[in-house]
Amino acid sequence: MRRIQMTVDGKAHVAEVEPRLLLIHHLRENLGIGGVHSGCDTTNCGACTVLMDGESVKSCTVLAVQADGHEITTVQGISENGEWHPMQRAFHEAHGLQCGYCTPGMIMASISLLKENPNPSEEEIRENLEGNLCRCTGYENIVKAVRQAAQEMQGSPTAAS
Amino acid sequence: MIPIAFDYEVAESVDGAIDLLKENGEDAKLLAGGHSLLPIMKLRLAAPTMLVDLGRIGELSYVRDAGDHIAIGAMTRHTEVEHNQLLQEHCGLLAHTASFVGDPQVRHRGTIGGSISHGDAASDLPSALLALEGTFVVKGPGGERTVAASDFFQDYLQTDLAPDEVLTEVRVPKLGQNTGWSYKKFNRRAQDWAVVGVAAVVERSNGSISSARIGLTNMGSTPLRATAAESALSGADSSSVAEATSSADEGTSPSSDIAASAEFRRHLARVLTRRAVEEALSR
Amino acid sequence: MTEAPEKYVGGGVPRKEDPALVTGRATWTDNIKLPGMLHASLLRSPFAHAKITSIDVSEAKNRPGVVAAFTGEDLADEWAGIIPCGWQITEDQRTPTHWPLAKDEVNYAGDAVAVVVATDRYTAKDALEFIEVEYEELPAVTDLETVLDEGTPLVHEVYDSNRCYTWTLDVGEVDEAFEKADVVVKERYLQPRLIPNAIEPRAVVAHPDPVNGGFTIYTSTQVPHIAKFVLSGICGVPEQKLRVVAPDVGGGFGSKLNVYAEEALALALARRLDTPIKWVEERSENYLSTTHGRGQIQDIELAATSDGKILGLRADLVADMGAYLQLSGSLIPILGAFMYCGVYDFDAYHFECEGVFTNKTPIDAYRGAGRPEAAYAIERIMDALARRLEMDPAEVRRINFHEPFDEPKTQPAGIQYDSGDYNKTLDRVLELANYEGLREEQRRRRESGDPVQLGIGFSTYTEICGLAPSQVVNALGGGGGGWEAAEVRMLASGKVEVVTGTSPHGQGHVTSWSQIAADALGVDLDDVEVIHGDTAAAPWGRDTYGSRSLAVGGVAVHMAAQKVVEKGKKIAAHMLEAAEGDIEFEGGRFSVAGSPDQNATIQDVAGAAYLASDLPEGMEPLLSEEQIYDPPNFTFPFGAHMCVTEVDTETGFVKIRDYFAVDDCGPVINPTIVDGQVHGGIAQGIAEALYEEAVYDEDGNLVTGSMVDYLVPGAPELPHFTLDRTVTPSPSNVMGVKGIGEAGTIGAPVAVINSVIDALSPFGVTHIDKPASPFNVWSTIQEATGDGAGTRDADLSGRPAQATDNVDEQGGETR
Repeated sequence: MRRIQMTVDGKAHVAEVEPRLLLIHHLRENLGIGGVHSGCDTTNCGACTVLMDGESVKSCTVLAVQADGHEITTVQGISENGEWHPMQRAFHEAHGLQCGYCTPGMIMASISLLKENPNPSEEEIRENLEGNLCRCTGYENIVKAVRQAAQEMQGSPTAAS
Repeated sequence: MIPIAFDYEVAESVDGAIDLLKENGEDAKLLAGGHSLLPIMKLRLAAPTMLVDLGRIGELSYVRDAGDHIAIGAMTRHTEVEHNQLLQEHCGLLAHTASFVGDPQVRHRGTIGGSISHGDAASDLPSALLALEGTFVVKGPGGERTVAASDFFQDYLQTDLAPDEVLTEVRVPKLGQNTGWSYKKFNRRAQDWAVVGVAAVVERSNGSISSARIGLTNMGSTPLRATAAESALSGADSSSVAEATSSADEGTSPSSDIAASAEFRRHLARVLTRRAVEEALSR
Repeated sequence: MTEAPEKYVGGGVPRKEDPALVTGRATWTDNIKLPGMLHASLLRSPFAHAKITSIDVSEAKNRPGVVAAFTGEDLADEWAGIIPCGWQITEDQRTPTHWPLAKDEVNYAGDAVAVVVATDRYTAKDALEFIEVEYEELPAVTDLETVLDEGTPLVHEVYDSNRCYTWTLDVGEVDEAFEKADVVVKERYLQPRLIPNAIEPRAVVAHPDPVNGGFTIYTSTQVPHIAKFVLSGICGVPEQKLRVVAPDVGGGFGSKLNVYAEEALALALARRLDTPIKWVEERSENYLSTTHGRGQIQDIELAATSDGKILGLRADLVADMGAYLQLSGSLIPILGAFMYCGVYDFDAYHFECEGVFTNKTPIDAYRGAGRPEAAYAIERIMDALARRLEMDPAEVRRINFHEPFDEPKTQPAGIQYDSGDYNKTLDRVLELANYEGLREEQRRRRESGDPVQLGIGFSTYTEICGLAPSQVVNALGGGGGGWEAAEVRMLASGKVEVVTGTSPHGQGHVTSWSQIAADALGVDLDDVEVIHGDTAAAPWGRDTYGSRSLAVGGVAVHMAAQKVVEKGKKIAAHMLEAAEGDIEFEGGRFSVAGSPDQNATIQDVAGAAYLASDLPEGMEPLLSEEQIYDPPNFTFPFGAHMCVTEVDTETGFVKIRDYFAVDDCGPVINPTIVDGQVHGGIAQGIAEALYEEAVYDEDGNLVTGSMVDYLVPGAPELPHFTLDRTVTPSPSNVMGVKGIGEAGTIGAPVAVINSVIDALSPFGVTHIDKPASPFNVWSTIQEATGDGAGTRDADLSGRPAQATDNVDEQGGETR
């Protein structure tokens, strides 16, 4: 067992974990963060995407011990003072989700994308979401949501956390 | 999809990693970004008894101008290679090829050293490094040595690395004004491994090709050079590229699987080599 | 007085479901944690067909953290019945014995043989490695072409062949039609096996109810009500002692329209160990043990006149059931039987389906379920007819369309379509796509020998939705009704609860049903709560599948709300001292005709009904009404799709440049949700046409065993969709609605394949099977142009062979 410490959604957590414990299971089982989802087990679907030090990673392919000392952000930590993140709002308004199971991963991957490319074209959005699979929406409204969020976040730079 | 239990040590330095490898024998494996190793451990296709994590060795992550070449620390992540200005300026092929690895999440974690050490013929960077004639710096108990990319990849998932050695640096040449390059990756889904990939580095002089180096992805058990096509391309011009690249699959031994037959892979290698050289000539 | 609320129906109201989903606060089954809960993990057979000669779980049982481990034999006494099939399609249909854990024999790779129960999932998974099983391998049956041949090994030795049933339908003078035909087009199509891939894998938590006794089953299912009945039968728990809850469910696409071994196991283990049991599927397990879809060989023959009028159609199927029949396995191809005649007007039709067993994962519903196969067959052969007669594919369709109709019309398969106007959708899609311009571009590319060729592919489909009139269900051998239940309750405060028997998992019923009820009652959308997916809270229901939810369940909500208004009128008349006949209701307000100042809001009326101190003589208290709605007919949405592809003839890569879809599902409740359903449906149709196939080797191993090899497409692979719609109301229900859940998946696969064939026609290509992968496209070109040497060296065992371009000589070995 190893002692690890990480900041998750702004809160510091210390835990004793097996080295093989996957970050997704640490978040879900030890910290009770149900908004991180497992979909494929093979690093394909991206439902487990979280931010590690601000960048998107697939938490099913990171060991909890690798995240020791790092800052993790999940979909449950991006609202501020009860206000949804612009990306959450855009997914809602553009109907960028149906069953909603891929949605937290999509939202986190999209936030990471806009951080690297604040004004992506439709094609760039599609290419950058290559690691996130959705079975419901055909991606049409996901792409629309990311564009909408990009426009909104450029209008209000403070929101682009 | 849960790995078999293993021990875990954080390496504080390269020497520390080497010591840990030495102490723990062949069943100890290095963990870099983990995006080659962890997926196969989750499938229980690999079950190392110990992982030695290189992730805390900050000094292995860099991209430096080293005069005639660019030096890249082994723990430099794909996303950094992809966006690095020095590489974009002097060795655009490597930065460009890195953008094809996996998906953004994979590129945020995966490292150039990890990808190369894994030695998968279907991954993108090894063939680009062959075409670039890159070299790798390897450190072990006996000290440091340099290995040419062409000597490094030995067989399916087998490299020149000894079990107690660590790949520390990748060196790529600065490409001159007259050097064009291209990487053509053919796959069915953007996130997937290459069905076939072709890296081309082409030296131009007076409108024709003075020399060309072609690296092939997934055309055998290791990344390969298309040497016959390279010879044929020497002295060729844009009108003779098609003919010269028709031997791009010579000396390859691609596998057949559900994505493609060996014959189709050979065909793709020829088509993609032509397209890569044509693009290199225009870049 | 407040203003009457706006009309919600027809507006793109943002979904009420979303807040929990976009903030990560949804309740998926795997999020449920209960005190004392243990985790189950299953050991699955690596062999497709084998006898279990010995099995020993004792070492696994002794692992630290392991609470119990059982074999099939250990649990034999837990079962009151087998995992049942809900459909007896023919009297002699064979339904193999199917226990939740295999006892003596395994019949597909993935068949579960033992279960470990431990304190956590890591421990449970580890313990599986300590179970010793000895198998005696038996030959695996994997090839649909030879499955019925003499000498083929038997999947189930208790039967004398691998036949499950033979089902036929003959309407009109078929032989005569073919005799007098000027042209007969005959083709063979393969429907690959598909893996549904709901992104949330299945999961179940079985909980012994500490308060009431009995059990609560939380399960990721489309069918909590059906599951309650079926689990009661398998486990012998009286139905009244079971409560089934479908929490948030992450997609289904037919794969969660079933009752599975793992659900029964969780319940039996919770009973045996008297503690909550959780099982969560891994994706690799999902690929093996959650039902697959499609998997058919279709021999299709079309008779027509020289000017392109259809005279008759023959459709002969071999349909793979897999190793066992799951809930609707035997029904699926038959659901398509009534759709092979498509939107075309002719008299003679023959259909025969041989359902067969193989040593593969059971096949059941996958989005469209029988109907994409039918649409594929008729729309492919319409293109083949157009090619034979050198007609435009749009024209050959048009001259065979039924004339527009708004009353039920009998069609060649003997059932009545509700309404249709097929020219309207075709005209619109041609206009949207600039058809003439595309043909011009295609000519230019062909003439210049462009390595990238343009393809234009059509499908003008219809579908059977709104399952189903209960009498028809029964006539097809179904063991349950096709009705749906709704209850609309006005609470004391004037707020509204809608209880529905539908069980949404992404379709947005909470929003749409709120729109329906809010409009019918004249209340605010936010004053309506929709209760679903819990057999304790919504006791009656037939659940969600087959594009039935709106046309049956939504209509039930509407009708129940109308009943509320009717009762409200009586109470209002009493309150306002007016005659009931003089009471008008609009915008949530009852008023006396001619005296608008004399009025009462529906909230006032609800309050009076709750107080119950001054109601009309003999009236029961409360303003709450129930509607159990059994539809008189199916609904038949339709549409015209056009797919524009760019095919790289050097690499075989197919890029979809544009996709145009004009669908008609009758009046629309929420256009945003409807468009979303069409987007997702088309995406799955494109996936089927270009990317996806469950490939088995000849030993019955699933080669495409993970998302690495089974290619669910991502955003870069899919195009932007251009949609429009026409509105032809259905006479089948009072709202005129038809359903939209499967339209895209039914219309799209064949539009894509027709487009690919069209692009390759300069090479003489007239046939390609799904999926049109680069390798498949390239090989097809090679064969058509006679450059085929050396293309057959791929390891394609278990994979459909390329059919040749000669329509009379298609086939050969497959699968």
